[in-house]
Amino acid sequence: MDERVAAAWRLLPDYLAQHVLLSLCALGLGFSISLPLAVVASRSALVRWPALFIASLIQTIPSLALLALFYPLLLALSALCLTWFGKGFPALGFAPSLLALTLYSMLPILRNGVAGILGVDPAAVEAARGMGMTDRQRLTWVELPLAAPVIMAGVRTAAVWTIGAATLATPVGQTSLGNYIFSGLQTENWVYVLFGCGASAVLALAADQLLGLIESGLTRRRPWRIWAGSIGLVLGAAAALSPLAAVPAGASYKIGAKNFSEQYILAELMAQRLEAAGSRVTRKEDLGSATAYRALAAGEIDAYVDYSGTLWTNVLGRKDNPGRQAVLAGLTAELSRRDGVLVLGPLGFENAYALAMRSDRAKDLGVASINDLAGRAPRLSLGSDLEFLSRPEWKALRNAYGLSFKRETAYQPTFMYRALADGEADVISAFSSDGRIAADHLMVLEDPRHALPPYDAVILISPARVHDERLLAALRPLVGAISVEAMRSANYSLDRDTDKKSAAEAARSLAVK
Amino acid sequence: MIGQPPQPGEGPAAKVIELCGVAKSYSGRTVVGPLTLTIAAHEFVALLGGSGSGKTTTLKMINGLVPPDRGSIRILSRPAGDEPGYRLRRRIGYVFQEVGLFPQMTVAENIAVGPRLAEWDKRRIAARIDVLLDLVALPRDVAGRLPVALSGGQRQRVGVARALAAEPSIMLMDEPFGALDPVIREGLGRDYRRLHDALGLTTVMVTHDVMEALLLADRIVVMEAGGILADGAPGALLNEHANPVVRALMETPRRQARRVDALAAGADVDG
Repeated sequence: MDERVAAAWRLLPDYLAQHVLLSLCALGLGFSISLPLAVVASRSALVRWPALFIASLIQTIPSLALLALFYPLLLALSALCLTWFGKGFPALGFAPSLLALTLYSMLPILRNGVAGILGVDPAAVEAARGMGMTDRQRLTWVELPLAAPVIMAGVRTAAVWTIGAATLATPVGQTSLGNYIFSGLQTENWVYVLFGCGASAVLALAADQLLGLIESGLTRRRPWRIWAGSIGLVLGAAAALSPLAAVPAGASYKIGAKNFSEQYILAELMAQRLEAAGSRVTRKEDLGSATAYRALAAGEIDAYVDYSGTLWTNVLGRKDNPGRQAVLAGLTAELSRRDGVLVLGPLGFENAYALAMRSDRAKDLGVASINDLAGRAPRLSLGSDLEFLSRPEWKALRNAYGLSFKRETAYQPTFMYRALADGEADVISAFSSDGRIAADHLMVLEDPRHALPPYDAVILISPARVHDERLLAALRPLVGAISVEAMRSANYSLDRDTDKKSAAEAARSLAVK
Repeated sequence: MIGQPPQPGEGPAAKVIELCGVAKSYSGRTVVGPLTLTIAAHEFVALLGGSGSGKTTTLKMINGLVPPDRGSIRILSRPAGDEPGYRLRRRIGYVFQEVGLFPQMTVAENIAVGPRLAEWDKRRIAARIDVLLDLVALPRDVAGRLPVALSGGQRQRVGVARALAAEPSIMLMDEPFGALDPVIREGLGRDYRRLHDALGLTTVMVTHDVMEALLLADRIVVMEAGGILADGAPGALLNEHANPVVRALMETPRRQARRVDALAAGADVDG
């Protein structure tokens, strides 16, 4: 079997279990909120229209954004809880995913619930009232049994939507089948992407078929179908969830990573060292850039790698550039004072933002530095990663050199390099430790005015782990141990088109050096 | 069969239903009243009138489905509002044109609803179902069928059985046989009248069919625009009533019968 397929299979039990757990909880919570709401809404038009309107409105929010919105919301709530009750709760991972998916699952159940109850034959309702049923008896003896097939159809739709949308829980730190898709997209590991899509599709189809069996049993009054569907669901869920029961006890660390190859490799490297020391490690990958730092400060992850310039400009909001050592020293003091975060030390290489061009194109235009670029920019297109254009570094660079491009387009980093190769972009916001710079013969433009700060890769430790010697001892040997050349070649082993390595393999090769 | 007197031997019959000055209007338009009507035990009363005459609203005020705006109601000598409406309704049988059998329940389960609401024990309910199927002349093997598998006439027989299940003393019927074809309709009407007599019921039946009212009821209350135009035994109403509307109404069946006779004799029937 192909190494990537084998690696994907090994991850399946954990990803599937997490995915099923999340979907089940969201669907269960969604159902237990929507059904009573549907009953109330079917009784009163005053509730009906606002409820259906809000549920439809939620549905129009892109599901990825809905998931992303719950993180800051919960973070603020958690901070409030911390002030009021002296105890916060994790704002990353399961909680925001559950809440967002619950909201997402509500519309079909609510809509079908209302339609089902209102659609009950008025003669049956009149008979129920005329015979002396109370409101509750009419609901449970007549309306709900008659509306059950329609409600079940709504549950079915909700299940398919929820299972699909649960793949988007990965960026807020909840493991799901989406981990295949997000990391696969990032490293152009299409085997992973297909594996993730396929697994979630199979899961959604299976749930749909079993719920459909129950639905047809309710419609045609065939109890065996209802039983078969229910037993199938219970057995399937139990099988999928069983890996969760087998989690061993012991010291456990959560290592975070942002959403690009270098971060996957470094997170793996830290995780492997901790595992070698006998600790258990949970990996929280594909975190957003700002999310990662906040998650660390809030103690939801224990350690991750960030870059000095990123922290300097984005977290501390500084606009000056006092030089590499001063930035490191300033960060160490300031992050500790402000958030209690420990800067364990620099890994030994920089991954700086830099503007880069194809060498042939740069030569044709006679561009060697950003100074040279300024005059020609209005005829050129800039390609950037998804966050560069909204970061302070870009503002600083633009102001320092008076840059104004014809077009500015944001890409996933992988596609950004593609756009440059295809000529769709003339200039990109490259990363200096990226293996593709050398491999694609790119020219990194000089920054004579030092508008961009230094970007030393540093290991950050969460406030709660600052004195955790077990963790610190495992990670300390990495300080100063990784050269930019080693990092570039490790990155390239994930990013290249052929003979791709997994992050774990790349991390092992990096550790040997 | 026709026009049987109230059952003898009970002296001056007890007042079972008393509506006193009741009125109901919807968004300013008066539908009923003010109307006063007293019905004695074992009477079979037809509320006769066209659509919009207020007869159905009057019927629904008796079992509390429609609360009156004004006036007072006493059922079985108890003021309405003395207890929750649903408790009152459990003691009154209710049959209406659309039948309203619960489609997910079998015939037996439909019939059992009233007794279950009255919290009878299972054995008593099971025995009652057999008795009722016999009473409404349905074969016992329909008990396990769903309503969808029955004919229209059978369905209304189940409707009557269901209304009678919890042994009510009052039956309210709203155009109960209106949707059935004429032959089945007549048979069902006659069968019900027999049950009324045999079980000693008090029945109030809403109908717009003069013939049905004449042939089944002991007393006909003619309604128009929410008020009572005439109130009397069929025989009394048939003989030159003072009100021209009532007179014309009561004349209809006889006029139709004469035309039918003439048709049979092959004569010109334009008159």
